[in-house]
Amino acid sequence: MTKPILTLLLALVGSVAAAAGPGPKLLNAGTNISDTASLQRGAQLYFNYCASCHSLQYMRYSRMAEDLELTEDQVMKYLNFTGAKFGETITTNMPVGAGEATFGGEDWFGKAPPDLSLVARARNDGPNWIYTYLLSFYPDPSRPVGWNNTVFPNASMPHVMWDRQGVQVLVQQTDDAGQETTGFDLIREGSRSPEQYRQDARDVATFLEYVGEPAALQRERYGLWVLLYLLLFTGVAYLLKHEYWKDVH
Amino acid sequence: MAAESVNHGRRRFLTASTAVVGGVGGVFAAIPFLSAWKPSARAVAAGAPVIAPIDKLNPGQQLVVAWRGKPVFVVRRDEAMLATLAGESARLRDPDSANDDETTLPEFARNQHRSMRPELLVLIGSCTHLGCSPKLHPVVQPEPWDAQWKGGYFCPCHNSRFDMAGRVYEGSPAPTNLAVPPYRFDGDVRVVIGEMEAA
Amino acid sequence: MGERTSTMTGVLGWLDQRMPVVDFWNKHVGQYYAPKNFNVWYYFGSLALLVLVNQIVTGIFLTMHYKPSAAEAFASVEYIMRDVEWGWLIRYMHSTGASFFFIVVYLHMFRALLYGSYQKPRELIWVLGVVILLLMMAEAFLGYVLPWGQMSFWGAQVIVSLFGAIPIIGPDLVIFIQGDYLPSDATINRFFALHVVALPIALLLLVVLHLGALHEVGSNNPDGIDIKKKKDASGKPLDGIPFHPYYTVKDLFGAGVFLSLFAFVIFFEPTFGDLFLEYDNFAPADPLVTPAQIKPVWYFTPYYAMLRAIPDKFFGVVVMGAAVLILFLVPWLDRSPVRSIRYRGPLTKIALAAFATAFVVLGYLGLQAGSETQTLVARVCTFIYFGFFVAMPLFTKIDSVKPVPERVTMHD
Repeated sequence: MTKPILTLLLALVGSVAAAAGPGPKLLNAGTNISDTASLQRGAQLYFNYCASCHSLQYMRYSRMAEDLELTEDQVMKYLNFTGAKFGETITTNMPVGAGEATFGGEDWFGKAPPDLSLVARARNDGPNWIYTYLLSFYPDPSRPVGWNNTVFPNASMPHVMWDRQGVQVLVQQTDDAGQETTGFDLIREGSRSPEQYRQDARDVATFLEYVGEPAALQRERYGLWVLLYLLLFTGVAYLLKHEYWKDVH
Repeated sequence: MAAESVNHGRRRFLTASTAVVGGVGGVFAAIPFLSAWKPSARAVAAGAPVIAPIDKLNPGQQLVVAWRGKPVFVVRRDEAMLATLAGESARLRDPDSANDDETTLPEFARNQHRSMRPELLVLIGSCTHLGCSPKLHPVVQPEPWDAQWKGGYFCPCHNSRFDMAGRVYEGSPAPTNLAVPPYRFDGDVRVVIGEMEAA
Repeated sequence: MGERTSTMTGVLGWLDQRMPVVDFWNKHVGQYYAPKNFNVWYYFGSLALLVLVNQIVTGIFLTMHYKPSAAEAFASVEYIMRDVEWGWLIRYMHSTGASFFFIVVYLHMFRALLYGSYQKPRELIWVLGVVILLLMMAEAFLGYVLPWGQMSFWGAQVIVSLFGAIPIIGPDLVIFIQGDYLPSDATINRFFALHVVALPIALLLLVVLHLGALHEVGSNNPDGIDIKKKKDASGKPLDGIPFHPYYTVKDLFGAGVFLSLFAFVIFFEPTFGDLFLEYDNFAPADPLVTPAQIKPVWYFTPYYAMLRAIPDKFFGVVVMGAAVLILFLVPWLDRSPVRSIRYRGPLTKIALAAFATAFVVLGYLGLQAGSETQTLVARVCTFIYFGFFVAMPLFTKIDSVKPVPERVTMHD
């Protein structure tokens, strides 16, 4: 409904704003936070692969259950591994360090893993960044954790989902325009096909986009009604104005 | 700009319509602002049910836990304490808890001992006078405030007195009996305060 | 002195005998005669008032949950966004309102330039308006610091450092403003006090004065004609209509259109790309890590582009300050015998168009990284911006004028 207008508007704005950020070329994740199934899969992946190191300190289990259409039992049994209460926020057993959530840093080796409540909002094009990041790990023996990433080089983060994606190595390629670029070559298959793993990455990105702004779900739900009301009000006000202004010649 | 043919009816109608539509919008616009005063998700989480372990609570003992920032008394009454409840009616202001509704006395506690299980008393430890926390004086002995004291709660702020079921004595400044919170038992081990069994 | 007499009865009559409520209503609304030929540009005054009310009401509710401390500010904003019921809406109304305030006020000011609304006898209205703009800028900057994200912190760092360019006292002044050696807890606490108490009071007072001054001399109009010169037998301006009901109903319609746009942004695109809420501000302030690119919010970028275009710290700050302060002089720089652009010659039209274009281009450049070409363009635009004012006495004097009609013209 509003998507086409929005796209048009954003194309205008985007040419001003999005051009700003330098950085790696990001893939389009195509996330959709209204897709509850994707959110649920993303939450499951997040709690199984990410949550032991990365907290979501502003997100409550109870709110997540409500928005993701999960029951309290499901959340407490399958997603909450820390023993926190249902109404509490999502913490980890690891200490959160001073380097938390400052995404401008080059290397947080030795620092605690950052909180991810706002990772999707605090980065330019956050959801696509997360998606691309999850697809860009490759083994690098020179790094302490044995892994590196083309999107966020030299961060001390291992490829936790490698059992799903498999192992891909970095290769130099020449694209159609004759430009040298880096690409990946899957040398060992994971438990998921490349297409399935891209869906995994999309689901995690969707989940984190939701966590960045849980209110987005309400926003878009109420927005349409507010606009319809305002249209009605403006219409009535126009008729009133038109009626009175018949006096003015 | 002479008023050749002003349609007053139409003007009144449109003015009223605009006022009604605008008024309805105004009421809806007020909802978010008023709702913002309700307890936030953090406050609700902090006010979540609390669990009191009762397996190690001996007869005559009291356990105090905090629920929604207020003390909650959990007492395992012994036989003697329960025996005092029947004989005090004449001296109590509201022996049958007639003035209590579901918010101050859940249905399951609408009985003489004011509890789900006769021996286990759960009370909000906040005096209905001005909110001080009454103290438990369980021994049957003459006390300065009552020569025929049968055991119960005494509020040090303004001398309100309650029996071993939290019922207020005649002559106390407190108007009503101590409130009973919603609670449920988790076997014989724990009592969950702030939550009732689903009906 | 006896009691005031009143034509009213009942509660209103009782009040009116003790306070001139009926006179007040008549003077400012009921019998305030406004020109009947207002066009679309004349909506922005009442809309600015509407946004001001929005900012005050939502602001009051935000202060109920916000914590003005370096340790808690960021988390308290997220608390509002997540844990407070409808908190997200109140916050977005406030943050979007800030940007819409500037959109509305910039258009309102451009209207004044178009129709010469600052000319005698309305100089004071214009001067008060420029003071309001200055206060609004201060208010917006202080408010932007409060969420204590990365942009809040580094924005505060940069803006406060501008005062450091003042010779001799500069460095001490910076520390004095911050109350510390860097923007810190003390800074956020005093900025909060200024943002929620001091400046709003001053703004409200100035808005009252702005309107008071306007209603004393009466509104200008797109033809720039003094409607008080032609009156009917009863002394009412022939081209005037009472503000109420005619402009109250018209502004109600304008408010409806405006609120629809406002709501669209709030509900569907509250960050407006990266323009209304910047992504870097969703990361908490970190005094040790500067974000890759620091830029102010869009409404400051024209001035920011000027600052960057000048290769000297002190002079850059002077130019930036002068860009706003020079607006005060406009009523005395314009030497034209006519007010409205409709009856002015080509020189003025070209100059105004060039000025407006330069302002928009500067705003765009302020959002960019600042390449060499961009810096060059920014310099040209800065020159045009100031050139417009400096040359105004000349081009308004030598420019041709068309005959101004006796009575206002209507277009619809």
